[in-house]
Amino acid sequence: MAKSSFTLRRRGVLPGFGLTLGYTVFYVGLLVLLPLFAMVLKASTQGFSAFVHAVSDERALAAYWLSFTTALAGAGINAVFGVVVAWVLSRYTFPGKSLLDALVDLPFALPTAVAGIALTAVYSENAWLGGKLLSMGVKVAFTQLGIIVALTFIGIPFVVRTVQPVLEELDTDVEEAAALLGAGRLATFRRVILPSLAPAILTGFALAFARALGEYGSVVFISGNMPMKTEIAPLLIVTKLEQYDYAGATAIATVMLGASFLLLFGINLLQRWARRAEA
Amino acid sequence: MSGIIATVQAGSGRRHSEVAAEAPWVRATLIGVAALFLGITVLLPVSVVFASAFSKGFTPFWAAVSQPETLSAIQLTLLTAGIAVPLNAVFGVAAAWLVSRYDFWGKSALVTLIDLPFSVSPVISGLIFVLLFGAQGLFGPWLSEHDVKIVFAVPGIVIATTFVTFPLVAREVLAVMQAQGSDEEEAALTMGASGFQILTRITLPKVRWGAIYGVILCNARAMGEFGAVSVVSGHIRGQTNTLPLHVEILYNEYNFVGAFAVAALLASLALVTLLVKKSIELNAALKARRLAQRADHDRRSLVPSSLRPANALHPSPAPAPNTGH
Repeated sequence: MAKSSFTLRRRGVLPGFGLTLGYTVFYVGLLVLLPLFAMVLKASTQGFSAFVHAVSDERALAAYWLSFTTALAGAGINAVFGVVVAWVLSRYTFPGKSLLDALVDLPFALPTAVAGIALTAVYSENAWLGGKLLSMGVKVAFTQLGIIVALTFIGIPFVVRTVQPVLEELDTDVEEAAALLGAGRLATFRRVILPSLAPAILTGFALAFARALGEYGSVVFISGNMPMKTEIAPLLIVTKLEQYDYAGATAIATVMLGASFLLLFGINLLQRWARRAEA
Repeated sequence: MSGIIATVQAGSGRRHSEVAAEAPWVRATLIGVAALFLGITVLLPVSVVFASAFSKGFTPFWAAVSQPETLSAIQLTLLTAGIAVPLNAVFGVAAAWLVSRYDFWGKSALVTLIDLPFSVSPVISGLIFVLLFGAQGLFGPWLSEHDVKIVFAVPGIVIATTFVTFPLVAREVLAVMQAQGSDEEEAALTMGASGFQILTRITLPKVRWGAIYGVILCNARAMGEFGAVSVVSGHIRGQTNTLPLHVEILYNEYNFVGAFAVAALLASLALVTLLVKKSIELNAALKARRLAQRADHDRRSLVPSSLRPANALHPSPAPAPNTGH
């Protein structure tokens, strides 16, 4: 096996280091690094002023803003209800619990196009729920609210599945101590439980936000896709591609990719913090 | 998200306190809120898919599903998943082995790269392959010279799908490998087992359930991928049309029954995936309980009964009651 002259490998006696390292690096390089490199190359060859122009035109700015705000709203809704769902699933036993538990994972397994047409069908004007909401003056389909509904749907597993294991591992002794010292349940939750859940909630929120920022399939059906109004950034990339504006599409994609990298970095930091909080 | 089995084993067998508990009405309200939230956001849309697919009975559903274009979409979807999933499964086991068994320079960077396709927009995942293999892409001139078509053809769909689904098996297997440690593998090594023997006789059986769930999930995502495939496919009916793209085409043609019929096929795939996950979780919980029982039993029967003090706490070597829970 690989006996490297420098300290590439520090620990581990099992065989297979050279083989698995070589294979993994080759596969990741071919499938991830090379394409990303090609994209950055493409973006950099079109000239700086053209890039700035494509990235900062009015329609692009509106699309970033819409993607950012709706993703934030969707992740925010999930941060609140996700904690409730995680709490109920990890603390209580009740009939239908395993159905509820299974529903949480469904958005992760359901194809986004299916989610898109299903949500549109639920919230369109002539559907039961969509009609009810419309008679109350709330229009969901083909508005920004519709985008938020779709982004909430796809983000559901992230907060629940990040918070749930932490909640299950949490020592109830501290809660009992708080109760015996006279703290009410709400005060115990706010002062004792919430602080230890905070890293997990934030991580789940960031994961849901990152996913929502790039989401395409579930949104295009319900959003109506009106430029400046309900056109999210991934859709703008597709529109530019369909007009053979490869440079423009690449420029916007580069901005989105930069945002994803920043988020990934932030999520890594959050997870490190969460691990330290657990220990 | 990842490592359901590790989570189940860690979380089983906790005790709830009586002092620190909510009032019954608070419990009921919280359960109600959770059920209402998931009911409206998840259950309602999924039910609508099936209700719409069968809204005019079984015949229109079957007509939509057995249409030649749907059949060719099914074929292409199966082909794509058939290539992408095995590739990612082999990679997943290799990468999980590498990351969980060794410490090396650049490990966390490698893990971040493996996770990367998760945080990239599916549209961008498609775009990067258009920029690589498209007519104006990096390899475009070379490819057109040799008359190889990747983008707007089947190879592009396969590559984009592989990219989008590529962390799924690695993540599940990695979580299980990290939770289980490598004591057994090291023991086998000292007894002279070869690397291949360790892999096939110890590691793979150990991570079996995590790997199976990873593969099933990877398969569901591969068959359901929309954004990335939509960008690279070129939407050629009957040729580069996968099932999710076919749903879009039918929907945009106002053929709602057809669109929902095909969508119901895909939704069933998601439901089967969840069913498999549930059964693996149940299996893992049962196994954890049995292991705990056996450990309990072993501890008590370690000392032969003839050597035990006469008034020992557990005089009989019979299986102990399951007190750990």
